[in-house]
Amino acid sequence: MICQNCSKNQSNYHFTKIINGNKTEYHLCEACAREKGDIVQGPGNSFSIHNLLSGMLNIEFGANVSKVRAAETRCGTCGLSFNQFKKQGRFGCADCYEAFGTQLDPVIRRVQQNNTLHAGKSPYPRTTENDAKPSLASQLAALEEELQAEIRNERYERAAVLRDRINNLRQQLAGDGQGFSGSSSANVTSKQWPHFHAEEGE
Amino acid sequence: MKRFTEDALSDWMRQPGPEHDVVISSRVRLARNLRTFPFPSLATKAHAQEVMQLVSTAADTSSLKEEQNFTSVPMSQLSILEKKLLVEKHLISPHLAEGNSEAAALINASESISIMVNEEDHLRIQCIAPGFQLNETWQAANRIDNQLQEQLDYAFNERLGYLTSCPTNVGTGIRVSVMVHLPGIVLTNQLQNILKSFAQWGVVMRGMYGEGSEALGNIYQMSNQITLGQSEEALVDLLTRATQQLILVEREARNGILNDRRLPLLDKIFRSFGTLLYAQMIDKVEAAQRLSDVRLGVDLGLLEQVPHVILDELLVVTQPGYLQQMEGRLMDDFEINLRRAQLIRERLWKHLR
Repeated sequence: MICQNCSKNQSNYHFTKIINGNKTEYHLCEACAREKGDIVQGPGNSFSIHNLLSGMLNIEFGANVSKVRAAETRCGTCGLSFNQFKKQGRFGCADCYEAFGTQLDPVIRRVQQNNTLHAGKSPYPRTTENDAKPSLASQLAALEEELQAEIRNERYERAAVLRDRINNLRQQLAGDGQGFSGSSSANVTSKQWPHFHAEEGE
Repeated sequence: MKRFTEDALSDWMRQPGPEHDVVISSRVRLARNLRTFPFPSLATKAHAQEVMQLVSTAADTSSLKEEQNFTSVPMSQLSILEKKLLVEKHLISPHLAEGNSEAAALINASESISIMVNEEDHLRIQCIAPGFQLNETWQAANRIDNQLQEQLDYAFNERLGYLTSCPTNVGTGIRVSVMVHLPGIVLTNQLQNILKSFAQWGVVMRGMYGEGSEALGNIYQMSNQITLGQSEEALVDLLTRATQQLILVEREARNGILNDRRLPLLDKIFRSFGTLLYAQMIDKVEAAQRLSDVRLGVDLGLLEQVPHVILDELLVVTQPGYLQQMEGRLMDDFEINLRRAQLIRERLWKHLR
């Protein structure tokens, strides 16, 4: 097959791009593929999803949103700007999600088929005052179920860990009623994050 | 560490799984990050090293250690070829192999679990099983995640779930996938329609090595597109139902061809078998196609002398990384094609004599 771009060379690179079920095929020679920057060295890699994603983000924001406002939004923790995020399609740290705030909503909606709320598992019970008690109780029930399963499977070391967590939760439930305070004593608390900033790109 | 790069076949692949005529393997991966560190793309060397330390300590001190004897495989200690081979065995991702050197994979003895550290996210917990076992695979990944989360401070927020480097993974951070062999669907030209209808359900298909890779030898990887707004169980269920559909359609297509075009199909299968038994040089694309034909023949009961497990082994054996790693040096295409044909011949003849 002849390269679609220069119509001269044999095409050695065949790309298939599928976005939401729309399939586009490209057949390029090595020179043209390189020129387009679509070759990522390595096994079986071609179009990077981040290139595609950042392309989509730019189309979306380039026209509609005030560039000045967007450019000024910066994550206070890692220093990544919203524009840098758009360019690379990746966040710099967990706090970027808070920092970019509502500007992120359309991005999330777009890549997550209009979903905006998490519906899966959680590493800890809900912490709002209203549902602290029920979720503590349900957490307790889930842990107890897990404990029984571990005992049945004779995994006693893990069962012992679960038993301690259950005891902790029971104490909290019986205690001040303020709910789970966040990290348990088992958590490894890492050192204070040293101050650092993202390299300013072009 | 050496064992991961010596054998083409991972232990978990030695037993054929359920529905292995269509489903080669099932995989679940969870993306997780630590709250107090920049994501890997922005992390300094010191950050990245500290993350590696925290994760391996967590794997070491939790009850995980009792059950899984993880070996830490630092990327900095692997050659390019060794990394390539681990990618071909699906033990690490291309991203981890190409990325910065302050990265590692914690791999268990049977190679069914790999925890990648400092990939695109701080942690990528991956569990893999032969055949169609999505629920079991999810249970395994979830268990490891629960054990690690007792030790690590995960980045999580109530509204958006687990926070990830890329917004396409936020929420559950889960990617549920199956690797499927679809010669019947391809031969009957049904692939495009299936791709389209699955896309509407949020199920996407791509080549064997995931993101952006080409589909060789009629092998595809099918996975969920979104990670937010649905529970892990709902996404596992979605992929389970999609896979069940795919199995039905694929088997129906195979039976249809066997009824309507029996002789041309036999001709195609036995020609490919003959080629693999006698070829002196074979490139990757042709090898993949011929192996697909032979796999189809085995699954239809036409080539009973070839054990199924050989075919899974040959999927890795025919890859350039494995071939060069066995030789211990980089080779050009000419040499690789010679060596590939030779290894295929050896493997197949062993079972004919």
